[in-house]
Amino acid sequence: MAMAQEEISAHISPARTILLRISRYNPEHDGASTFAEFTVPYEKWTTVLDAILEVKKHLDHSVAVRYSCRQATCGSCGMMINGRPRLACFTKISELDSETITVEPMNNFPVIRDLAVKFDRLFDAHRSIKPYLVREDSETDTGKEFLQSPGEVEQYIQFANCIKCGLCNAACPTMATDSTFVGPQALAQAYRYVADSRDKGKDSRLRVIDDSHGIWRCHFAGSCSQVCPKGVDPAMGIQLLRGYMLGFR
Amino acid sequence: MGRDGKKGIGGMADPRRYGIERVAYWLMRLSGLGLLAYFVAHIYETSNILRGRVGWDEILQMTQTIEGHIILALVIGMCVFHTVNGIRVMLGHGGVWVGRPARPDYPYNPASQNYRHKIGIYSAIILAAVAMMYGLAVLFGE
Repeated sequence: MAMAQEEISAHISPARTILLRISRYNPEHDGASTFAEFTVPYEKWTTVLDAILEVKKHLDHSVAVRYSCRQATCGSCGMMINGRPRLACFTKISELDSETITVEPMNNFPVIRDLAVKFDRLFDAHRSIKPYLVREDSETDTGKEFLQSPGEVEQYIQFANCIKCGLCNAACPTMATDSTFVGPQALAQAYRYVADSRDKGKDSRLRVIDDSHGIWRCHFAGSCSQVCPKGVDPAMGIQLLRGYMLGFR
Repeated sequence: MGRDGKKGIGGMADPRRYGIERVAYWLMRLSGLGLLAYFVAHIYETSNILRGRVGWDEILQMTQTIEGHIILALVIGMCVFHTVNGIRVMLGHGGVWVGRPARPDYPYNPASQNYRHKIGIYSAIILAAVAMMYGLAVLFGE
């Protein structure tokens, strides 16, 4: 019954259509990417991910796209939408104000196929900054919770919102040219743990990012913060962390 | 774009889609390269003093043309923009005027891209334009 309702709702003739251009590329046998064009119906609530899934369902099931939660929580569906990194599930077609929507894989990520990219570099960089509390004791050992004041929580909670979608890395101009740059995602997470009053691992964490391809390679273009779908503001975290390392804070 | 997905210089230098901060980033690189080229040319120019007064006057004549005046005016603009925007960026790198961490609220306007930095960028552009106009007035008003 649910299936039948879904099919009916997909075929109600809507008032408007858009031209959806999807980048097609398989590194195993394609020399360069091409665009496949589809005319897709949409309503004012239709997201770009809905439109891509409409294509997969009715027009071309071979389009490769990664997605999961459809509510900007899992960070899977990041892609370039009309030239800017966005979450496809968090971007309504109506807000783009364009008759044509072009979707491409995220910049600065290797393409697996079509819109799906490899996250290895992002996750490796994230792991390298030790994204956990570093201290010798633990709450379970001591039997006591590590208490924090609301003010101490405010220092880092914004940066704990990161969903590792990679949009910041896709927007970063340094990531476009530097293959070993740590990237705004990992640097913002380094600040998140350095700013956490429970953490005792500042020195070991800062050693990782105190490198010519680490925090000093950020030039404060701020694009990472403009595309973050969770309000993390990586540029702020990076500058605060650099200010701390320079002794200004 | 290579197999690693990097957009390369084209991606780095593209000033579109990310607001005035990305334009400032692009102008900073452009003016930096321009000033570096001027620095090299300036060393070459002043080294001609070793050829004596005649050699010095000859090379100086190169700047007394319309093209020379326009290039000098551009150098003035690049110098002013690079200086003013450089001070803004250095302050930002020290964590100054980048906002304070807080629980984000939708639509998530980034605090680091605040009006202080925007004023700094627009000031750098306006001051560079005014300095260029003054430079052109002086150079062509001779």
